[in-house]
Amino acid sequence: MLYREAGEFKTTYQADLATFPISFDRWAFWIATAFAFLVVPWFLDDYWSEAVFLPFFVYAMAALGLNILTGYCGQVSLGTGGFMAVGAYASYKLMTGVPWLDMASITILSGLIAAGVGIVFGLPSLRIKGFYLAVATLAAQFFLIWMFNKWGWFYNYSASGQISAPERTMFGLAITGAETNPAVTYLFALGFLFVFAWVARNLVRGRIGRSWMAIRDMDIAAEIIGVNPLLSKLSAFAVSSFYIGMAGALYFAVWKGAAEGTEAFPINVSFNVLFMIIIGGLGSILGSLVGAAFITLLPVFFKVALVEGMGWPTDIAQHIQVILIGGIIIGFLIAEPHGIAALWRTAKEKLRLWPFPH
Amino acid sequence: MIFADPFFWEVVISGLLAGVMYALVALGFVLIFKASGIFNFAQGVMALFAALTLVGGLDGQLPFAHLINWVLGTEWHHWYDPPADEEGAPLWFVLLCISLTTAGMIGLAWVVVRVVFQPLVNQPPIILFMATIGLAFVLEGLGDLMWGANVKVLDVGLPNGPSDTIIDATGMFVEKLEISAAIIAVILVTALTMFSQYTKMGRALRAVADDHQAALSVGISLETVWWVVWSVAGIVALVAGIMWGAKSGVQFSLSLIALKALPVLMLGGFTSIPGAIVGGLIIGMGEKLFDFYIGVPYLAGATENWFAYVLALAFLLFRPQGLFGERIIERV
Repeated sequence: MLYREAGEFKTTYQADLATFPISFDRWAFWIATAFAFLVVPWFLDDYWSEAVFLPFFVYAMAALGLNILTGYCGQVSLGTGGFMAVGAYASYKLMTGVPWLDMASITILSGLIAAGVGIVFGLPSLRIKGFYLAVATLAAQFFLIWMFNKWGWFYNYSASGQISAPERTMFGLAITGAETNPAVTYLFALGFLFVFAWVARNLVRGRIGRSWMAIRDMDIAAEIIGVNPLLSKLSAFAVSSFYIGMAGALYFAVWKGAAEGTEAFPINVSFNVLFMIIIGGLGSILGSLVGAAFITLLPVFFKVALVEGMGWPTDIAQHIQVILIGGIIIGFLIAEPHGIAALWRTAKEKLRLWPFPH
Repeated sequence: MIFADPFFWEVVISGLLAGVMYALVALGFVLIFKASGIFNFAQGVMALFAALTLVGGLDGQLPFAHLINWVLGTEWHHWYDPPADEEGAPLWFVLLCISLTTAGMIGLAWVVVRVVFQPLVNQPPIILFMATIGLAFVLEGLGDLMWGANVKVLDVGLPNGPSDTIIDATGMFVEKLEISAAIIAVILVTALTMFSQYTKMGRALRAVADDHQAALSVGISLETVWWVVWSVAGIVALVAGIMWGAKSGVQFSLSLIALKALPVLMLGGFTSIPGAIVGGLIIGMGEKLFDFYIGVPYLAGATENWFAYVLALAFLLFRPQGLFGERIIERV
């Protein structure tokens, strides 16, 4: 009834290519965005910011990055945790080494450094494919974490081996450090996610994104029609690591404030981000966001529902939660292997016709 | 001269024996990958689960004791007292527990194939891979819920400690347990090869590995073959779980050895059983030697964490299908 294409006349190419071609969608998107930017910050407290929103923003950023590499370019990577660590340690070195930088520049520079590392570890993808590549990216994961743990320069030779974020500001407001306002960190992370989700959306439907998808669908055929595999694969690795590195910087500096290589970025982080994009939908920007929300919020939900709501002992609830998450993942894969984004597309098709069947 | 150094040989031998342990885990991967194209990430957790179940049986633990006690408000922990003589559990009892666990793994294989992989037939490999990660979560949670999350000691009467005869003869320090692991691995590989070469089911297995559709069309039941393959992988997991459990205790980190098996597989090729063995030996020896001669003196040590992956990666740059993998032929 409400959700209609009727009456939407597209008179320009821009209108034809719009991300939200239906005005109802467009309105819903802008209202939700305005709500997130203008209304939510007034009601935030520390718990909601630290346990719900910041994890979601950080992992959504990482999921966007991995989705560019895996979903759009077809290169499976298990090195996400390692690249997040690069971002985190790069931001730490930048914060301590160049104190006058503001936080936004630090985050972006950390992303760029991670992009450089990503290109190096992406080089094998020119020779190695499929699962072999996935396992090869594990080399990045383990080598990088080992390096950050063992080489003192990266953590400024601190006795505990931990890195912790000093106070850095933007527009005079503290973004990192002990004295932060939850609304400020929330807006900072949300702003980054919003801008870079928009960038990603426009990258993947541009020339570079189409070359990624050509490589994903069949790399030899793509090469024959003139897509340069070297440039496409390495640019996918670079852009993906850029996003993941920024996620790592946000994780360490804005969300946690302190990190220790092995504990903060283990191999499980890599798997979790892979889960996010598969549950959300490979090759879909919306899917990255929904998947990240799903995987980060599910444990919070279970904790609230089982332990606080029903009074279960923590260890039993913990085990049952692990079983349930595994079960839900399998269930999702069986029900809709293309992820929540595909479910959403089907729902939209149905909505267009509702209430008439044809 | 490096070869005259007894330390060198000690490092080589301990590396080779560690490699056998990796190969035991890698074998399970290869079996499933060959027969169904599924990259089974849950292999390590299967080993953990099997070892936990075996320990639970040996100790006479009541499964789900925690949950039952919490629901019913009782204080049960054991449902029988395991028999024991002065040496620990008697042999018949150990064998009984092992066969019960084997039966459990076969049952588990049936459930996994029916519930998870039947509905996912014909999905792309990445989806199947993710499903096995989901399976790993379920088994991990289930193992903890059934048997408790604490570290357990597994004693099935395997010999322990350094071997005296080898110390006396050569002055080298070699674990008895690792020697028995090598012997068991040889027996296991021989048995698997015999099974796949000389039995009817083995032939069906190879047919399915070669071409699913052709195998279906000559009347081989895919479901049965998969069940058999997952059962065999479960039994291999049990063996790996026993060996690793006896070496370092049954605990969660056991499931992470699966990750160590991955570079072994890359080196040997995902589809080759001899490849798994040779890859295991190369990785085990290589990482010990590298850590001993380069890692500890020149880098910061603990290079075992990543050396295997980097070695496999460097190797793949020259031979992308692994040592024994099938040649990759690409067509448009």
